[in-house]
Amino acid sequence: MQQISPVTAKFPASARPRVGLFVTCLVDLMRPSIGFAAAQLIEQAGCSVDVPRGQTCCGQPGWNSGDRATAATLARQTITAFEPYDYVVAPSGSCAGMIKRHYVEVFVSDAAWRARAERLAAKTYELMAFLVDVRSMSSVDVQWPATATYHDSCSGLRELGVRRQPRQLLATVEGLTLVDLPDADSCCGFGGTFAIKYPDISNKIVEAKTAAIASTNADLLIAGDLGCLLNMAGKLAREGKDTAVRHVAEVLAGMHDIPAIGRTHSEVPQ
Amino acid sequence: MKITTDTFKDNARGALVNPGLQQSMAGVKRYYVPARATAMAKLPEFDALRDQARDIKNHTLEHLDLYLEEFERKVVENGGKVHWATTAAEARGAILDICQAAGAKIITKGKSMVSEEIALNAHLESAGLSVVETDLGEYIIQLRHETPSHIIAPAVHLTRADVVETFTKAHPHLPADRPMDTPEVLVAEARGILREKFLAADVGITGANFLIAETGSTVIVTNEGNGDLTQSLPKVHVVLATIEKIVPTLEDATAILRVLARSATGQEMSNYTTFSTGPKRPDDPDGPEAFHVVILDGGRSELIGTELQDSLRCIRCGACMNHCPVYQAIGGHAYGWVYPGPIGAVMTPTHLGVEKAGHLPNASTFCGRCEEVCPMRIPLPRMMRHFREEEFKLGKQSGLPKLALRLWAWAAARPALYHFGARLGVGALKVWGMGRGRLTTLPLAGGWTAHRDLAVPEGGTFQAQWAAGKRPIAAKAASPGTSESRAA
Repeated sequence: MQQISPVTAKFPASARPRVGLFVTCLVDLMRPSIGFAAAQLIEQAGCSVDVPRGQTCCGQPGWNSGDRATAATLARQTITAFEPYDYVVAPSGSCAGMIKRHYVEVFVSDAAWRARAERLAAKTYELMAFLVDVRSMSSVDVQWPATATYHDSCSGLRELGVRRQPRQLLATVEGLTLVDLPDADSCCGFGGTFAIKYPDISNKIVEAKTAAIASTNADLLIAGDLGCLLNMAGKLAREGKDTAVRHVAEVLAGMHDIPAIGRTHSEVPQ
Repeated sequence: MKITTDTFKDNARGALVNPGLQQSMAGVKRYYVPARATAMAKLPEFDALRDQARDIKNHTLEHLDLYLEEFERKVVENGGKVHWATTAAEARGAILDICQAAGAKIITKGKSMVSEEIALNAHLESAGLSVVETDLGEYIIQLRHETPSHIIAPAVHLTRADVVETFTKAHPHLPADRPMDTPEVLVAEARGILREKFLAADVGITGANFLIAETGSTVIVTNEGNGDLTQSLPKVHVVLATIEKIVPTLEDATAILRVLARSATGQEMSNYTTFSTGPKRPDDPDGPEAFHVVILDGGRSELIGTELQDSLRCIRCGACMNHCPVYQAIGGHAYGWVYPGPIGAVMTPTHLGVEKAGHLPNASTFCGRCEEVCPMRIPLPRMMRHFREEEFKLGKQSGLPKLALRLWAWAAARPALYHFGARLGVGALKVWGMGRGRLTTLPLAGGWTAHRDLAVPEGGTFQAQWAAGKRPIAAKAASPGTSESRAA
């Protein structure tokens, strides 16, 4: 008889919610491992994971640039691809926030699409919030000896209330010591197109962030949004600092074998 | 004042490399942010009070005409006079008329951002009047011919060395070897000079944090008491305020006062909170003989019923800019007009137009900290995004970022093409990376790589790998100690 995994036994197929994974454009292009980590964690939480092909981008870059038409096109595309699922989960507070908080604003003058946006918003979650608040995940079975510090990405924190959940799960990682990051809730300076349009100001803001990170003497910086992570990792590397940078999903999924962001296998231990 | 909103990027660049300014801005962050947090922590009902404050203002804005007219009735009843000004020019004119009718030579002023907005001082000075700012920060910047860089701490951009230099030049009648090495002696020096001005003034002009319809009172909050001496010593007191400062009752004013100082400086109340209700009464020992309230619209009534109505709830506490990473980085002058920080990023395009002031709502990461700390719960990022949309409709945005976004939008709406193109792009970047983990330069990405390295993509897109059948490793039990026994 086929060996039944504990998860499958606890959550037989009929009881497993179907999650549509919104992988996010940055994860899709820059660091697919985060997507696999997210899928792994969602399955661990007793759900089945599907990745609808019709997804590309949540539309936030267009929305934040004032291009409502593009935002609406991509929102309609996203809603259509994901509305068949029980839940929509994204490893990003920024993208989850766009879907959950802003899609209804995109369709301010289209009642039909606004209703569909509302329905999708109700079942859309950032990954950590989904695991802890919806699926009651209380721990992970992972070892990761390191001193780490956690940065709260702005959208996840302020739009979705993600703060306690990642710290709760990270606290159960064996060997991982979490040190408070001073001004953890201060912006890293990425802000999407802001980092490109106002690079000098963005640089000043991320300098303050890397100084705070350095003050913790942490080996590892963890956060829940790849945009922030790429920004902070890029600055830390340019400053010659040796703090490794990872997405919280990678750590909780125990992905030791992929190098930290911006690193290769041959570089310093991570 | 000279408007420099269109050279925002150059303004910011200069600010970023100005060591004195950077030192001062570090001080702003170090002081004001924890101060508010501490005050908040001491008051369990703080968030409920913010809801109440927002509701009071919302109600008032829905019935603005009613309350303004009641206010005037009460002011007149108390022996004062209200002057309605639709435009800045009318407000300036009304105030100059009052001063000239009083035969005034010397005018003292309490701090008023509206007076900056209408460029009042220059107008009065061009008519031969002497205008003295009495708020210490305003006094200092007046001597330096500068404008305020913060809405409650106008000289916050200056260091003590700047003040010493300014006082040395501006007070030549004082002994050159006098002590100037501590804040206390500098304050005492300013106090001595301003005291004479207070006593000599013919007209005192103040702003108003609140106009109260119930009693016809105006309210100012100061930490120095300069507003009190400005308004009670001269024969004439002129209050300059804008229409949205009105609240219905005394209790409404005090409800909002509970969140004002806490949000601004972390104080429970500012040192002086002064209610003025008309001119001196016959039995009063002191006070002005005439009480005038100049109420300016300045384009504000047009905002009611629009996307920007909520900005009229602002009580000018400064919390938004204290907590803003952009303001902390560049200070207030870079914003180029009267109001800096997040509220400035909304008010400036409102008053000057998005074509002239487009940089301000664009220079934001939308971190949301401003909205989070605003005692009046103003949705500042939403209004900044509204201006970005206005700008987009005008077709004003240009350059590489816009082109890149258009290309992105086009591709993202075509998933199959997007996935294909993404694989190619990622592959190309990996090849370009030549086995390195990160790049220090990349064509077209100079904005990023000037200051940061760029991680090379991992390789292969997630979608491609998933479509090819790659799946996460078999899940282990999520929580040890859950019902694994069922598997046995």
